[in-house]
Amino acid sequence: MKYTPNSPAVVKEMLDEAGFSSLDELFTDIPDTIKLKRELNLGPGRSEMEVGRELKTLAARNLNTDDYPCFLGAGAYDHYIPAALDQMLLRSEFYTAYTPYQAEISQGILQSIFEYQSMICLLTGMDVANASMYDGASALAEACALACANAKGEKVLLPDTVHPEYLQVLKTYAISGRMEIVTVPSRQGVCDQEQMLALIDQDTAAVVIQQPNFFGNLEQAPSLAEAVHQNKGYLIMAVDPISLAILKPPAEWGADLVVGEGQALGNSLSFGGPYLGFFAATKKFLRKIPGRIVGQTTDLEGKRAFVLTLQAREQHIRREKASSNICSNQALNALAATIYLTLAGKAGLQAIATRCHQLAVYAAGELEKAGLKLKYEEPFFREFAVLLDDPAGANRRLLKNGIIGGYELKDAMLLAFTEKRSKAEIDRLIAVLGGKA
Amino acid sequence: MNIPNDLLYTNEHEWIRVNGEQAYLGITDFAQHHLGDIVFVELPEPDTEISVGESIAVVESVKAVSSVYSPVTGMVTENNEELENSPELLNEDPYANHIAVISISNPDELNSLMSPEAYAAFCAQQEQEEEI
Repeated sequence: MKYTPNSPAVVKEMLDEAGFSSLDELFTDIPDTIKLKRELNLGPGRSEMEVGRELKTLAARNLNTDDYPCFLGAGAYDHYIPAALDQMLLRSEFYTAYTPYQAEISQGILQSIFEYQSMICLLTGMDVANASMYDGASALAEACALACANAKGEKVLLPDTVHPEYLQVLKTYAISGRMEIVTVPSRQGVCDQEQMLALIDQDTAAVVIQQPNFFGNLEQAPSLAEAVHQNKGYLIMAVDPISLAILKPPAEWGADLVVGEGQALGNSLSFGGPYLGFFAATKKFLRKIPGRIVGQTTDLEGKRAFVLTLQAREQHIRREKASSNICSNQALNALAATIYLTLAGKAGLQAIATRCHQLAVYAAGELEKAGLKLKYEEPFFREFAVLLDDPAGANRRLLKNGIIGGYELKDAMLLAFTEKRSKAEIDRLIAVLGGKA
Repeated sequence: MNIPNDLLYTNEHEWIRVNGEQAYLGITDFAQHHLGDIVFVELPEPDTEISVGESIAVVESVKAVSSVYSPVTGMVTENNEELENSPELLNEDPYANHIAVISISNPDELNSLMSPEAYAAFCAQQEQEEEI
């Protein structure tokens, strides 16, 4: 895409027409104190070839997951993306910037979204899923807002094992929303169920549990659903979609709203985004969930057809009563997730999840043999925390050895293991962390 | 316009039938006529406490979405589940099809509701205003 600025002659013509003598006069409303009172330091113009070369040189300084084994997780995971997926995503029918406004004319896109929703329902065990949201954090915040709008109370209880960035987004929503966030200290890296139960009361709109939690541990708090339901509140679960291939589905936990980060399903890490958030709910919330929902129907000729349907009417015609202002979705990212799940299939996804878990278990065992200790003794899925005196220093040593290390905690490092990691890579990681390389 | 004699009315076009401590709540003929074809009713959950003036249900028609407000304070004891699958019952006979039953906790609140005569006059006035 080319950027063609207005020439000085055109600028002058426009100013004349608008009745201004200069650009400065046009911008008098902007306070002088915040104006940049000089030209931008852009340097002389350069050719496309020169600029391309410079950008490539800069890009070459990035470490990427094709060349370096990556043990960094903490919410975004380096899973393998099949080549067929990228090829299909590039199809021009899908590769547009935005969902079409005349939605029903684009049956193909609607069908792909319908299939995405169906797969999210299969994974979570829930009745209904929307067409996706911005990311895991915003999906969680939206779920909390929805719970608060439908419960008597407005207290949202969550253990501090929930992803800290999700918590930040939640707190931002709470500034203007009808929502009070209460974080409850965890015990041994998992939710302290007794303390949570003691805090659940009639003012509780929702209890949030992340599974696996931020530290990679598997939460086991079976009594929360019943307690929050008795108080007419809702159980919200933030879950990892890959883990759902082998873990109990959130529906069996008694969850009312289920959200999560969908990046792991066929979306590349891309330095943090764009990702997608998935959002599923019980039937009760069918007409309340934010975003859009694609439904299946039959057309006048009796053929299978897809429509945008059951969108929360509050977002369109009763906006003062709306719990959300998000009416869009992350269609291309959701499509990547759909293709990923289709290519993997049920058995494939189970194999991927099992492989991740096996590698993590192997790594934990080898780390202990190397004299290192895990921070928590809880069961984990594909990620865990290993105690280190100097996690930042350890990461620097790992980088020098061609390894992208983990997420730095105060006294530990979170290490994630996807099916992309080999035994040799894990052995090298442990050799460096154990001081043997 | 059908306005039965044995009911009380609100200026939001709800009717209430008092039966001891129970109050049956619905929308009036005037309301269903002005809403047009009703396609969805969002019912309150039983055992929900409700205050006077609070939104207790939502009625969606092809023309509009309207809240139904509770004319009394109390506890929702039942909802009319039939409306979930047959919302058009509110068009067919709005007085035979209630939306919810509330156990009344403050009977004095009933005194501020309209008698059938007062409601008939209120509707006539609204119709007149509409014509202007």
